[in-house]
Amino acid sequence: MSQISYISKQVADLKPSGIRRFFDLAAQMEDVISLGVGEPDFVTPWNVIEQSFHSLEQGYTSYTENAGMMELRQEISKYLSGSYHLTYDPSDQLIVSVGASQAIDLALRAVIDPGDEVIVVEPSFVAYVPTVRLAGGIPVTVQTEAEDEFKLKPEQIEEAITSKTKAIILCNPNNPTGTLLLQEELEQLAIVIEKHNLLVLSDEIYAELTYDDAYTSFPTVPKMKERTILISGFSKAFAMTGWRLGYAAGPTEIIAAMVKIHQYTMMCAPTMAQHAALEAMKNGRQSVESMFESYKQRRNFIVSSLNEIGLQCPNPGGAFYAFPSIKATGLTSAEFAEQLLQEEQVAVVPGSVFGANGEGYIRCSYATSLKQLDEALNRMKRFVQKRM
Amino acid sequence: MEEVEVELLKLIENNANLEVEKIAKLMGKSIDETRELIDKLEKKKVILGYSTLIDWAKVLNEEEVTAMVDVKVTPARDVGFDKVAERIYRFPEVKAVYLMSGTYDLSVSVKGKTMMEIGHFISEKLSALDSVLSTTTHFVLKKYKHDGIILQDADEGDKRIVVSP
Repeated sequence: MSQISYISKQVADLKPSGIRRFFDLAAQMEDVISLGVGEPDFVTPWNVIEQSFHSLEQGYTSYTENAGMMELRQEISKYLSGSYHLTYDPSDQLIVSVGASQAIDLALRAVIDPGDEVIVVEPSFVAYVPTVRLAGGIPVTVQTEAEDEFKLKPEQIEEAITSKTKAIILCNPNNPTGTLLLQEELEQLAIVIEKHNLLVLSDEIYAELTYDDAYTSFPTVPKMKERTILISGFSKAFAMTGWRLGYAAGPTEIIAAMVKIHQYTMMCAPTMAQHAALEAMKNGRQSVESMFESYKQRRNFIVSSLNEIGLQCPNPGGAFYAFPSIKATGLTSAEFAEQLLQEEQVAVVPGSVFGANGEGYIRCSYATSLKQLDEALNRMKRFVQKRM
Repeated sequence: MEEVEVELLKLIENNANLEVEKIAKLMGKSIDETRELIDKLEKKKVILGYSTLIDWAKVLNEEEVTAMVDVKVTPARDVGFDKVAERIYRFPEVKAVYLMSGTYDLSVSVKGKTMMEIGHFISEKLSALDSVLSTTTHFVLKKYKHDGIILQDADEGDKRIVVSP
């Protein structure tokens, strides 16, 4: 009897995430200190959690509007206007999604026709390439270089553009490198983007976590708002990863298309999470600021410790990742991560899972307690000293 | 007060045993600069001491009793409540004294080995002071949170998966 696979070719061809493979290995071990986690170590602020209980007690257990509760969209709109002077009409230019990940998926499915090319800047978040493929598009990767601090240069976009190029995904600050693109750098990119009429998916989920320089939201760059879908969410700044709540803001036509897909596939984001997010938006600033302060201190700590150990690490401008070079050890990033896990029970993520140019680097998340961070760095020091 | 000073104070507020080297790294300063900052704050009496919060209920034979005593007093001419407050806070049994608004004047926290010991202190020392008009004693039955620290054994471990995107 012949073997029939019911799996679509599209999905069958997807490679499993490198992070997942590494997770399976780490999950079998005990007492692992993890620097492999892409989420805050803080628990969601109590007032936010409490508000979700309250909303349930009040009986808010049914669907909301497809695009999300109007009150929440109004708060998001107020936030974007207050923080970046960006005006989005909450009635038709904003959608509340199930995490920023779903917003990326919706945006791509709303704009991509089969065969359209989408530029993905690597090292990149692991989901961009697969979601482009699942939307029927063709991901075209552009490799940023360590010597440029992993900053994308306009000529790199220019080189990657073909007649089929439709969009580019920017992640600023970047996961996994922590690289922050500044206003003038974004303006330079915008020139090429406008010239070739590209659409931009600007993933700004880490925007609240930028440490030394002012943050520029991409749609604030002149002429970019009408061609940008801004994507963000509550996971990182408010420590709400498990609530799965994100949003997208953009031109009316695109948001309408996203809402159309969302209403058939997801209906709406979970109601209790939307109530929690509303509380986070209204009364969560203090928690964001205190978490921010901790991240900044830990960033200083991990970067200076990694450099002391001999793993060259530039100062990341944002997010909560350090991306040190492990080239001096002579190991590949996968070998480094695996051996470090086996010998010292410290989990880091091999840079290679984020794209070809991630090879030679590891991603260390510093969203973990100082005590854990300190111990992890002691163990890494012991590990590296044996090899250098 | 400078921003770096506030940052340092926040860092050590709940972690008094943080080494100078680590504080320096966290703040992105040199060890000498950090030590200088700490010295300065100690001299200015902004940092008054480094204490440890111990849950004595968990230490065998070392249990202690805490009472919150509401004290009504007669204020003294020129010095108001300060004089009598000083008389009270000098007792080693007294751990805290606050001047309060409302139905009584001073809130006094008293610690002792037993309820009997606290009872003796209140009746023989505190109530016996000339300016003390009355005392109402409330014994603490269980501590849930103290100085911003939750004392229960709730599992606060890392619930995140080991590696995530």
